[in-house]
Amino acid sequence: MTTVAPPRSQVVKHELIGLSGVIERNLYLVKRYIWWDVAFMIWTIANTLTIVFIARGVNVSEAEQNALATKFLVGGVIWAFLGIIFEIVTETVAWERWEGTIEYTFMAPVSRPVHLIGMGIFAVLYGIVRAAILFAAIVAFIGISVPHANYGAALALLAIASISFIGIGMMTAVLPLISPEKGTQLGFVAQGLMLVVSGVYYDVTVLPHWMQWIAKISPATYALRGNRDQIINGGGLAWADVWPLLVTGVVSVPLGLWVFRTGERHAKRHGKLKRSG
Amino acid sequence: MIAIEVDNLRKEFVRKEKRGRGLPKRRRRVAAIKGVTFAIERGECVAILGQNGSGKSTLVRLLSTLLLHDGGSARILGKDVFRQQRAVQRLVNRVSVDASFFKKMSAAENLGYAARFYGMTPRMTRDRIPEILTRVGFPAERRNEAMENLSRGMQQKVALARALLTSPVVLLLDEPTTGLDPRSKQEVQNFIREIRTTHDSTILLCTHDMAEAEILAERVGILDRGELLFLEPVDDVKARYGVETLEEAFLAATGRTFEDETDEDKEREVFA
Repeated sequence: MTTVAPPRSQVVKHELIGLSGVIERNLYLVKRYIWWDVAFMIWTIANTLTIVFIARGVNVSEAEQNALATKFLVGGVIWAFLGIIFEIVTETVAWERWEGTIEYTFMAPVSRPVHLIGMGIFAVLYGIVRAAILFAAIVAFIGISVPHANYGAALALLAIASISFIGIGMMTAVLPLISPEKGTQLGFVAQGLMLVVSGVYYDVTVLPHWMQWIAKISPATYALRGNRDQIINGGGLAWADVWPLLVTGVVSVPLGLWVFRTGERHAKRHGKLKRSG
Repeated sequence: MIAIEVDNLRKEFVRKEKRGRGLPKRRRRVAAIKGVTFAIERGECVAILGQNGSGKSTLVRLLSTLLLHDGGSARILGKDVFRQQRAVQRLVNRVSVDASFFKKMSAAENLGYAARFYGMTPRMTRDRIPEILTRVGFPAERRNEAMENLSRGMQQKVALARALLTSPVVLLLDEPTTGLDPRSKQEVQNFIREIRTTHDSTILLCTHDMAEAEILAERVGILDRGELLFLEPVDDVKARYGVETLEEAFLAATGRTFEDETDEDKEREVFA
């Protein structure tokens, strides 16, 4: 029997419905795990406070203290934002394996790019909501003054940086596919290393020379630098920050998809695409 | 018209074994499926019987596009399972021994999410999900309850509903009644019978329950340590070995009782 391939418009429609399904499922899960989310939010706020309070103990003028606290705050917010994107995209596999649904998801007729991009879109939306709450909570708690902050530009830069973060997240998402036991933890290692070289709470100029070279290819470097300028000085979208983010985004997403596809083939060959790994 | 066509299908897994302190692990290839060949007509229900570790689940996972093969071929409605995966995925759905769901989500939410992956919009599933849950005997008042609060039997009914929601041409049932209480088992079996009369689905049932295979399937095969010994109508199997039951046929074909499991079988379970 020969079956006729569906027309392209139908395929696109089918993929978009699949993408909406990924987002819909994650919204259900947020609703069901809401108290876990609240607890995680409180933990993130407390964690960021421990960093931002360091600025209050530095013996400098009030204005300098405020600038330092804001610098730390932007670092904390980006850390939390990046962390949530990495966590959600990386756990595309780990979460499904834990729930036992991995086989049903991977045998469904939805392309892997759509599946992963759906996870990425949800992660960005969820991450932005968390980042906004975190920022507002710390500013209110410590009384940081950010009169010049350009929130629109900061959000736009974060959105551009998200493309790269999703791409890198896709690469780390493959780790639980290859190593069910250690994969998720390795994803956290990748996140930590990226932020260390990107100047999360300091300027990259304080890093050893070789780390500064790595910082140049890290999208977090430009997100941090740009967001600090936008929040502290009211700067706009600087092309010097935007173009490296666009380049890393254009490179990292296809690379991330390729890495994931390669990992998926490895898992299918070695029988790791199942709930027990 | 042939729905499932499997020809000389092979699958091996690599097993790493410790050799002692300081020595690198030894890699050993274990054949899970050894040159299996069969064909199933459209609309037919076929049961593959086998002990734990016989390769039943590996066969189902190969046909579900979850594994890549090491040789041979498999086609579903003419589509190559390993080269035309997306086309095959549109035609197939499955129910496995674990009713795998997002545990905190409700039956309705789980079904809605699964349906999106098969191109069904919320408008399409709004009426269809309650309708199909009713058909499998799922109580309406529990549709919005988290899956983790439901019994195994109830979860398996939702799994059947999930598989049928997408109107698959081929339905792969991998031990669908294992671990269920007798009443739930009966209900699931009744529903499988109903599917056969109301849907144009081809069913491949993998089970170690011989009575289940006999009452549900038109043809029965025995998969033994990765080899398909035969695939015939039950009466032909009994006549071939001159026996009264499928248990006796298994003994005659393999020299072992169905309950006998050697260390080799237990080792094979790791992969199956």
